[in-house]
Amino acid sequence: MKALLSGNEAIARGAYEYGVRFGAGYPGTPSTEILEAFSKYEGVYAEWSPNEKVALEVGIGAALAGEKALVTMKHVGLNVAADPLFTVSYTGTNGALVIVSADDPSMHSSQNEQDNRNYAKFAKVPLLEPADSEEARRYVKIAFELSEKFDTPVILRTTTRVSHSKGIVELEEPTAYEDKRMIKPDVAKYVMVPAMARGRRHEVEKRLRALKEYANTCPENRIEMADPEVGIITAGMCYNYAKSVFPDYSYLKLGLVYPLPERLIRDFASRVKKLYVIEELDPFIEEQVKAMGISVVGKEIFPYAGEFDPGIIYEAITGKKNITLTPPEIEIPPRPPNLCPGCPHRGIFYVLGKLQVFVTGDIGCYTLAFMKPLEGLHSCICMGASVSMAHGMSKALKEKGRGKIVGVIGDSTFLHSGITPLIDIVYNKGEAVIVICDNRTTAMTGMQDHPGTGFTLQQELTKAVNYEELGRVLGLDSVRVVDPYDLKETEDVLKEELSRAGSSLIVSRRACVLYRREKVKQESLWVDEEKCVGCRQCLNVGCPSLSWIDFSDLPEGAYKKITKKQKGRALIDADSCTGCSICAQLCSKKAILRKG
Amino acid sequence: MERKDKVRRLLLAGVGGQGILKASDMICTALMYEGLDVKKSEVHGMAQRGGSVTSHVLYGSKVFSPVAGRGEVDILIAFEILESLRYINYLKPTSKVILNDFRINPPVVNLGIMKYPEHIEDIWKEQVTSLEVIKAREIARKAGNFRSENVVMVGILARHLPVKREIWERVINESFSEDLRDVNIRAFQLGYSALPS
Repeated sequence: MKALLSGNEAIARGAYEYGVRFGAGYPGTPSTEILEAFSKYEGVYAEWSPNEKVALEVGIGAALAGEKALVTMKHVGLNVAADPLFTVSYTGTNGALVIVSADDPSMHSSQNEQDNRNYAKFAKVPLLEPADSEEARRYVKIAFELSEKFDTPVILRTTTRVSHSKGIVELEEPTAYEDKRMIKPDVAKYVMVPAMARGRRHEVEKRLRALKEYANTCPENRIEMADPEVGIITAGMCYNYAKSVFPDYSYLKLGLVYPLPERLIRDFASRVKKLYVIEELDPFIEEQVKAMGISVVGKEIFPYAGEFDPGIIYEAITGKKNITLTPPEIEIPPRPPNLCPGCPHRGIFYVLGKLQVFVTGDIGCYTLAFMKPLEGLHSCICMGASVSMAHGMSKALKEKGRGKIVGVIGDSTFLHSGITPLIDIVYNKGEAVIVICDNRTTAMTGMQDHPGTGFTLQQELTKAVNYEELGRVLGLDSVRVVDPYDLKETEDVLKEELSRAGSSLIVSRRACVLYRREKVKQESLWVDEEKCVGCRQCLNVGCPSLSWIDFSDLPEGAYKKITKKQKGRALIDADSCTGCSICAQLCSKKAILRKG
Repeated sequence: MERKDKVRRLLLAGVGGQGILKASDMICTALMYEGLDVKKSEVHGMAQRGGSVTSHVLYGSKVFSPVAGRGEVDILIAFEILESLRYINYLKPTSKVILNDFRINPPVVNLGIMKYPEHIEDIWKEQVTSLEVIKAREIARKAGNFRSENVVMVGILARHLPVKREIWERVINESFSEDLRDVNIRAFQLGYSALPS
């Protein structure tokens, strides 16, 4: 049967078809949908772990118990999980363990574009890279086969373009689950104290040699001979881009990208006149091919940053550009992503911007608050860094920073990496004010549950972390709760906490407007023409529902001026307004009213 | 560059929240039911929140890339006026443009930092020979719900795709819960017959 699946859905399907029934991960674009799709299959256990390190360790535990475990994360998540990765490479996996790393060339939704193929070489584990949804479905099975056969964790690497593209997939009947669960101690293999690790270290090299040999016969490393004038070595999505512009050239299409098939590469190189390596990001394949003493053209003509497309490859090789329409000579206003109408982050960041404090920010929708007009966030490095950086800054600044540093972190991000630095603040007598933006969900990646929501990935009721209690138990000097829809309360509490000595935690609690479990239906707001003086106060919250009507764009008589100098007035789009009333609280003329 | 592959390339563009990804899912499913190879691509996550959204759809007997390069798009389906211009370099002189006459101000316009460009329709008239302008949101309201704007757009596009009417109806029925089927079937039909073919 055929189905139209995304790369992510196809990975979940392939794992299920192979008999995998255990999955763990942490949401992160572009990886999130893998575990979501997997969790819906019959008889499966799947969990959102608090972070990627925990997810990988959960997977290692399941594999040690004989299961086949699927662990999913985005590229930067593997940094968090790197610690267990490097040592599970030594111990091997008993059952089977496949780690999906979804990379994000061009940083569509990420803070960097690291190339995680490097992790395979670094940790000495094999890595497969599918080029589309159908390959994603098949490759995840090969990954599990390799894990079982070579007793190794395997990385399946996708990119945004593979994960989020859809293509036609040929569904197969799922294999029945085979129960191989066991409890079998083997301390020489699983207790990595130096004496034992030294022994396993050699096993890793032996395994790598065996995998190198396998790479030459792996059916997914294939030569497609056509025109011998030009040969292209490529893998993943770049194969599709290249095939679409150069259907007649010869290809060595790699499915197993680490370790590389040296014999196959030498054979291919000897059969073509000119050889190119086409790969996004790092010259990962290119450098290894060059180290074999083979002459190839790579990063001297292809970009080292950003994702490719067919045109980029065509232009790099031929030097010619497609004929395109010419953009008109007008400035096209940018349309960056924005906080939704009714977003509770708007309230807290409006107040933070107004108070002119330095805000160390974190990873989530709220990172967008750095933009005009809110301008309420001043750093974003990685998950959890808001808390530790706020502490570091206030320790460095001492009295110069008192009352001026706030760390802001989302609820899911806090549970991921914010608790340990909060302990640091208490332990080392820090004074930064930390705000948890508790919108009751992992909003940015599309509403995933987490340990604070009271629901598991598979929608079972469970316990929920109480941030206020946690803050008190950890020893914070002050713990407060505010509703970010109430600007006055939010501002008063922030001012109080900034002016007091000691550590303090503020929970800014209001559910994401898109969060289905706590959806509040409110009437939309409207602007009374008889009252609006066009002061633009309301526009300073940057709500997409609010726009400006410039009177100069309207014919005479189509508008009404309340004051002489008035140049326009505000307008609210009733279709998108959620009635949160943040704008109305800023209107000194009480011109913003609720419908009905 | 002349392509030998006979793959047709569509580009849907608009603003997050307009139902563009749903529309491209429906288009791909319909093409798949017709027995064609099809791929589509888009970006989720941060890029989605009220920002520019695009979806590439490519179909033919065999499709490799899920994205079109610059100068390769055959039909641009723009859900918002300004967004049509942002991707003009993906088009060639023979491209067709379907334009929803609907405006959503970007933040810089609402803040008074930049002006929303005027006369975009005229720019398109100069650049392409085939331009279809439609008020999809108004038509969707007539069908019963402004949110069916995306299905109206699919209806207009459907006249240019090799997909039978009964397949479209099957796809719409499969794409929506029971309470939303009738309004979307109406939206599709109103879109399909909104312009002379």
